[in-house]
Amino acid sequence: MTSKLNIRKKGNGPQQARTVGGPPQAAKGKIAKGDFLSDIKLALKPRIREWKFDLHLMSKSLTSIMGMVLLVGLIIVAAFPFVFMPHNGRGDPFVIPIDLDKRDPLPPGTPGYPLGSGVDGKSILYGMIWGARISMVFAIEVVLAGVAIGTVLGLISGYKGGILDELIMRFTDIFLSIPSLILVMAIAAVLGRDLNSTKIALIAVWWSGYTRLVRGQVLSIRENTYIDAARASGSGELKIMFRHILPNSLAPVVVSGTMDMGTVVLVMAGLSYLGLGAPHGYAEWGVMIYDGQARFVYGDWWMILFPGIAILIFVLAFNLMGDGLRDVLDPKMRR
Amino acid sequence: MRAAGDPVSAYLQNPEKATEQQIHLIEIKYHLNEPVYVQYWYWLRAVLQGDMGESRTSGLPVTDTIMKKFPATFELALIATVVAVAAGIATGTRSAVKANSAFDQSTRLTSLVAVSIPVFWLGLILAMIFYRGLKWLPYPGRIGVTSDLHVVTGFFVVDSILSGNVGTFLDVIKHLIMPSITLAFASTAIIVRMMRSSMLEVLGAEYVRTARAKGLPESVVIKKHARRNALIPTVTVVGLSFGGLLGGAVLTETVFSWPGLGQWSAQAATNLDTAGIMGFVLLTAVIYVLSNLIVDLAYAYLDPRVRLG
Repeated sequence: MTSKLNIRKKGNGPQQARTVGGPPQAAKGKIAKGDFLSDIKLALKPRIREWKFDLHLMSKSLTSIMGMVLLVGLIIVAAFPFVFMPHNGRGDPFVIPIDLDKRDPLPPGTPGYPLGSGVDGKSILYGMIWGARISMVFAIEVVLAGVAIGTVLGLISGYKGGILDELIMRFTDIFLSIPSLILVMAIAAVLGRDLNSTKIALIAVWWSGYTRLVRGQVLSIRENTYIDAARASGSGELKIMFRHILPNSLAPVVVSGTMDMGTVVLVMAGLSYLGLGAPHGYAEWGVMIYDGQARFVYGDWWMILFPGIAILIFVLAFNLMGDGLRDVLDPKMRR
Repeated sequence: MRAAGDPVSAYLQNPEKATEQQIHLIEIKYHLNEPVYVQYWYWLRAVLQGDMGESRTSGLPVTDTIMKKFPATFELALIATVVAVAAGIATGTRSAVKANSAFDQSTRLTSLVAVSIPVFWLGLILAMIFYRGLKWLPYPGRIGVTSDLHVVTGFFVVDSILSGNVGTFLDVIKHLIMPSITLAFASTAIIVRMMRSSMLEVLGAEYVRTARAKGLPESVVIKKHARRNALIPTVTVVGLSFGGLLGGAVLTETVFSWPGLGQWSAQAATNLDTAGIMGFVLLTAVIYVLSNLIVDLAYAYLDPRVRLG
């Protein structure tokens, strides 16, 4: 593998062995201009090659392809909801526009309401399309925040060890041992019953899983020889943590995070159904199902069916992707 | 003006019209002005004497609420686990034995879909199909309004058998079907996955090869040798999932208006019923520890290689 590390570059001095991504040393202590960009390209090349291989492996499995297709579709709908279901520009686009002339729900197929309508003329299709955006943004925020907090804590805890490790893990255990749904409900109830409080409540509960995951990874990576080598060559602790240990510990986090995107939306919809989370009339799938249940006795089935199908597609896409990623990132299956 | 979540308002009949003196008296009586750890000590001392406070949501002491609602949740969780185990083990075994067949592929896809379905939506869809559509099953609740049941244990199945009334018994069973299937859905998928992967591992083991070499029929090899060993890690999953179900079938109970712990805990959390929430969290922790203990013991019993302590 040393041949890959001996990188010859035009304009540089004698051929030098160096780790990919480190700064070139054309002359003693001086970094040449223009090398930064080509340096990034050099660092990226093997990584891009690996990502292309990841895609290639994923395309071999039918379920992964389905997951990717669904995911791309969801992202398009979430990013450009106004293309599919234009909003008339008045007020919050996430509040489903009402038409007080149409008090009672209309079945699917009535002109103007392809998937039917709820009470006061709220189009189900509108709710589904804009709900995709709410769900996607919500899930991304919760998962990213949870991953950020959890990874940093897990990294510190696993690498430093000792008292700091004990403290952090006990603190994490507290959050892990309380039934998460109750904790989320209690926090959301205190902060107020809207989407933002639910988001904060979910983040407060979610980070603990990642901490444990990352800490486990760090504990095993820490024992590798290349960490000793980095230490011997003078790298500081922070650099070792973020430059060497962190990238190698991310694989299970990526898989877990992808599948958690779906789980977060399931929990969010459940909370909205229970009364916490999005308010009535919002384009959010859980609340739409709750409103649909109120009309259950009248047999307005479309109010319940379609938002649920939307949740199903969303969660399924991320579960399929996560499953595919797990197989792809498993070192036993690569080459 | 008191903000939401204010503990004092829990003890006031009319929070808006409370006088300063009333608020002060309540704060003294319930130690609300003291540091958190002091309040915790008072609570802990009371719990150890059997008093967990009064739940605002149910209007009863917390211990009474739990005793009243526990049988409902226990019955539901038990039936759901039985269904999940029966379906899950059979499907998982077959899936592993016929690995990568059409059956296996469709099972794996169905499992993935099953964990992607929102629980409350599934319950509603089932209710729509079987209650409104086909009119085969009743909804909601544990028992019909017209049925008469003399409650002895709180477990309606047992009570209806004791009463000797076949109609009531059938009614109770019919009310149980949809909620338990709803609750069992996700558990079944997990059990299928667990059973399949542990079965695959076992089928590659040497003693299975020996059994086949001895000339035993394949069904005996699978049922008597392979499956038993594959069951061991599955038992862990089953035990933990039962504990989890006991802890809160919140969404399912809400959909079917099932008067159990899950519904009560959801209301307590939304109403910030402090005593209720703390009582429920304590209960869940105890159930979790107990089910882990039972699973560990079962593990030691099933697998002779494992020694306790």
